Amino acid sequence: MAATVTDPELPVLTLEDLGVLREVEVVDDGGVVVTITPTYSGCPAMAAMRDDLVRVLRAAGHDRVEVRTALHPAWSSDWISEAGRAKLRRHGISPPGARGPAAAGPVPLTLLPRQRAVACPRCEAVPAELVSEFGPTACTALYRCGACLEPFEHLKEI
Amino acid sequence: MNPETHETHQTDPHESVYDGLLGGDDAHWAFGTDFEDPLAGVDTTLPAGADAHALARYCLMLGDDALVASHRLSEWCSNAPDLEDDIALANIALDLLGQARLLLARAAAADPEVVPALPEDSPVPPEDALAFFRDDLAFRNVRLVEIQNGDFGQTIARLLVLSTHRLALLERLRESTDPVLAAIAAKGVAEVTYHRDYAGRWFLTLAQGTEQSRTRVVAGLEVVLPHYDELFATHPVEATGAQQGWGVDPAALRAEVDVVLDQVLATSGVERPQAKQVGRVAGGAGRDGRHTEALSKLLAQMQSVARAHPRGQW
Repeated sequence: MAATVTDPELPVLTLEDLGVLREVEVVDDGGVVVTITPTYSGCPAMAAMRDDLVRVLRAAGHDRVEVRTALHPAWSSDWISEAGRAKLRRHGISPPGARGPAAAGPVPLTLLPRQRAVACPRCEAVPAELVSEFGPTACTALYRCGACLEPFEHLKEI
Repeated sequence: MNPETHETHQTDPHESVYDGLLGGDDAHWAFGTDFEDPLAGVDTTLPAGADAHALARYCLMLGDDALVASHRLSEWCSNAPDLEDDIALANIALDLLGQARLLLARAAAADPEVVPALPEDSPVPPEDALAFFRDDLAFRNVRLVEIQNGDFGQTIARLLVLSTHRLALLERLRESTDPVLAAIAAKGVAEVTYHRDYAGRWFLTLAQGTEQSRTRVVAGLEVVLPHYDELFATHPVEATGAQQGWGVDPAALRAEVDVVLDQVLATSGVERPQAKQVGRVAGGAGRDGRHTEALSKLLAQMQSVARAHPRGQW
């Protein structure tokens, strides 16, 4: 049941697709403990996700639902499932590229626009032009397709 | 639910990624009637040997830096030079606000004594009590974050210095012996990397742009840099944190911050201005609660609604 709850801002994705849903555990006395992780520190959708999980699980007959937050290991866009990426692409949002494990030590400075191999989710043409590194939500960047000229959102690698 | 069920309405040419927000479930619109603990379910046990009061005050320092900087950036909402930058600055403010919430909640969990007393029946959660019911003298942010935004050039200059410093700090704090601080830092590194790149690119663009844009970003840097040394002055709480392994001594960040800043300045063709540093006030600085007048005005605006309705439910 918990896996059917969708993201409050991107309703095509379930919390499971997004990699936000860490663990669902039925404890001995019949209660359910759900563990989720925030995508961004300031993600305003966390409270909505929590509410939705409690509501869906209560509706499914679980009276005692506890939603826990796990901060470690930190969520990364690499956790978005293949199914989730396919859904994003189908709905006109370019999924994030692989980020890989976080490197230790100082983070290198990037003074040139970030180079990503971003393909237009509509016509699949490359290259796309970065319009803004910050989109309407903290997790997206804005691009414009070089071929069909349509603007689209790209989920940032983080 | 089977993922395939989402595909049943694929043929509708007018479908949008946000269709799921409409119809069906009204609960989406009723959200936000309750407070939510950002550390709900997180194990907030202190690491062995940690001084709880010092750790709480350390969290206030880093949390207040983020909170005040976030408020200043959000003042740009609907005022930025263009829509993309309006949104970018709001995005950065939101990231910092998220870090502030986690850090203030961590402070309250480590030592409830740092939280200002409110009436018994007040519904205000500890992190909000810390944000909205402390006076300026109880704020522990560095003075760099509280000074006025100035123009866009000055805002970019401040964000460059602030995010360079904060990134170097969070990189090291990932190794904190406090698992909560380490997790907050690990998340923050990914976010502040974007902030620093944004500020660095704009600094370069403005410095290499027109005579006017260059003059203004350099003038902004001259306003910001007098607060530079304060970033690296070690407060006794920070010394305790570094010694006990859960904090970072800011003096250790200086070399890395200098290198990054010089790299941006060299690429931009700007010589680092000689800036006379602001002094300490009555032997203290921002980390001791000694602030500029700008903070009082900022807090008056930020806190007035919460203080007028201490029993308010939002």
